[in-house]
Amino acid sequence: MSKTPRLRHVRGVAFWILCGLALLLIITPAVAIILSVLVKAAPQLKLSLFTNTTADLQNPGLQNAILGTLVLLLGVAVVAGSIGVLGGIYLAEFAPRRLGGPLRFFSEVLAGVPSIVIGLVAYTAFVEALHWGFSILSAIIALSLLTLPYIVKTTEVSFSQVPRSLREAAIALGLSRITTIRKVLLPPALPGIISGMVIALAIATGETAPLLYTASFSNTNPSAGLFHNPIGYLTYVTYYYVQLPGAQNQALASAAAGVTILLVLLLIFAGRAITARQRRLMARLDV
Amino acid sequence: MILVRRRAGGLPTGPARVARARTHELTGGDRVLQWVSGVAATIPLAGLLFITIILVVWAIPAIIYSGFGVFTSDKFFIGNFYSLNFTSVNGVVAPFGANYGALTFIIGTLTSSLIALVLAVPISVGGVLMLSEWIPRRLEGPLSTFLELLAGIPSVVFGFWGLTVFGPFLGAHVFPALSHLGVILPFFKGSWAYNGQGLLTASLVLTLMIIPIIASTTRQLVKRVPVLASEGALALGMTRYEVVRVVTIPYVRTGIIASALLGWGRALGETIAVLLIIGMANNPPVNIYGTTSTLASTIADDLDSALSDGTGMALRAMAMLGLILLIMSLVTNLTGRLVVRRISTESLPVGRGV
Repeated sequence: MSKTPRLRHVRGVAFWILCGLALLLIITPAVAIILSVLVKAAPQLKLSLFTNTTADLQNPGLQNAILGTLVLLLGVAVVAGSIGVLGGIYLAEFAPRRLGGPLRFFSEVLAGVPSIVIGLVAYTAFVEALHWGFSILSAIIALSLLTLPYIVKTTEVSFSQVPRSLREAAIALGLSRITTIRKVLLPPALPGIISGMVIALAIATGETAPLLYTASFSNTNPSAGLFHNPIGYLTYVTYYYVQLPGAQNQALASAAAGVTILLVLLLIFAGRAITARQRRLMARLDV
Repeated sequence: MILVRRRAGGLPTGPARVARARTHELTGGDRVLQWVSGVAATIPLAGLLFITIILVVWAIPAIIYSGFGVFTSDKFFIGNFYSLNFTSVNGVVAPFGANYGALTFIIGTLTSSLIALVLAVPISVGGVLMLSEWIPRRLEGPLSTFLELLAGIPSVVFGFWGLTVFGPFLGAHVFPALSHLGVILPFFKGSWAYNGQGLLTASLVLTLMIIPIIASTTRQLVKRVPVLASEGALALGMTRYEVVRVVTIPYVRTGIIASALLGWGRALGETIAVLLIIGMANNPPVNIYGTTSTLASTIADDLDSALSDGTGMALRAMAMLGLILLIMSLVTNLTGRLVVRRISTESLPVGRGV
């Protein structure tokens, strides 16, 4: 640093001003997006939004979309939840290093596959080749493929964060693996697993691209039947109606965007709250 | 007990070692769980293979039909479905006049994602450095929630905001000023759509979407910079900026490169937000504000009409676009994750950096 002290000082100040600007460029848009969407959605928040479907011409609502999103989330929780948690348990507790490494690696790579590619493949394979038609099941599979890596990862991390002392105690007691997992490791790992699943559901709630050609869309409330049964969902309402002219269409798009963002943020903060609780719990468990 | 007998060289040091030492004493129930969970653990890999195979198989006729034209032609036309004539190339029959050149979409995908990447990296790194170096501990937590908020906003909401708020704002107030800058920086010259739809608006929104991925990795890494090294640098009389330049940045550089590659992959594949904002013109952008389209947004936008192609070729052309996109995002993802394996950190965020 052969420069004069004064120049060094000026450079430092300039650098930190730019960094401060960068931080502002992160915070301002985050606030601006959420606020402007909520402000646009607020006037639309009336009861008819939850009692009418998008098919209602006079006073369209979101009932079918909200119920459809919940049905899809339930499906994702069952399919991706069970496979993801089991997969995470294998990676944390059973996998030999040479097998675990590649499995983990490719699971993370799957998370990087664009969601529209997953949607396109689900369309060609299930809707077309297997003749399921636009269907709830193909939509659930597409969303599950998308969220699976996340659940696998959080489950594995939750298990491997259980303090070693607990494992050693289980070994000393001569417990079988399955008992160790169920009685010793699962209780402290559970909050982490649940928070991972909740955040995976938040990701699923916000997706549109994988659903366009699997779930398609339905103006009526969801009905029973996994095949040949299109289903509505919130993100589609925003996507479709924002492209249509007319105040009523724009209002419906805003309302759907508002409800989507509220649902997603609710899920994310629920997940965060569970994680924070778990961290305190772990700190107490570690002997 | 058994641990000690089997590993006389010393006590095992972690759960993984303990687990391995005990593999020979699994009960029946243990074996069932091992198998069932083992099958579950291979499903992500199986899914990845499934996606790749389906796309390759479906795209083959379109690849035969187009040859190298995919990369050299910017004319994408799914053909006249109502014509009684058909176009046949290399023995593959497609609707009359069909031409599946993907150059427009490849250019659109690369330019929009690269502009986003160039903007997102310095913003993320600068913001994180500010957060960790100057913001008081008490404020750091609440301020970092904004990163999580940004990560949590759904793609379609970004698109909605870009189409109804941000785009019109840029078109009315920012682009006029920027185009005056064209005197100094020629690439800012040109005209723009009044509602702001086009390449630059899409890139700016993509920037916001990939900031959380890069920032969350950088934040984890910055926290792990050895305190002794930075304190030592301070003790040598360096300013805080010099400490960052000499100690922090070299320490986090690899991680930033890796997460930038992941962010790039995310930007390449972003669909709905881009579809709503970029204007979906079937041509390369005429200037930095120009409308164009990307691989991902074209698939989402055109699949609808592709379904009514009697020869089925339009759908195969979509699969071909999907395959190009898949290869691009796999390359960025694999490289990013391989780069990060070389440094001693936990792996990169999975998903959108939530």
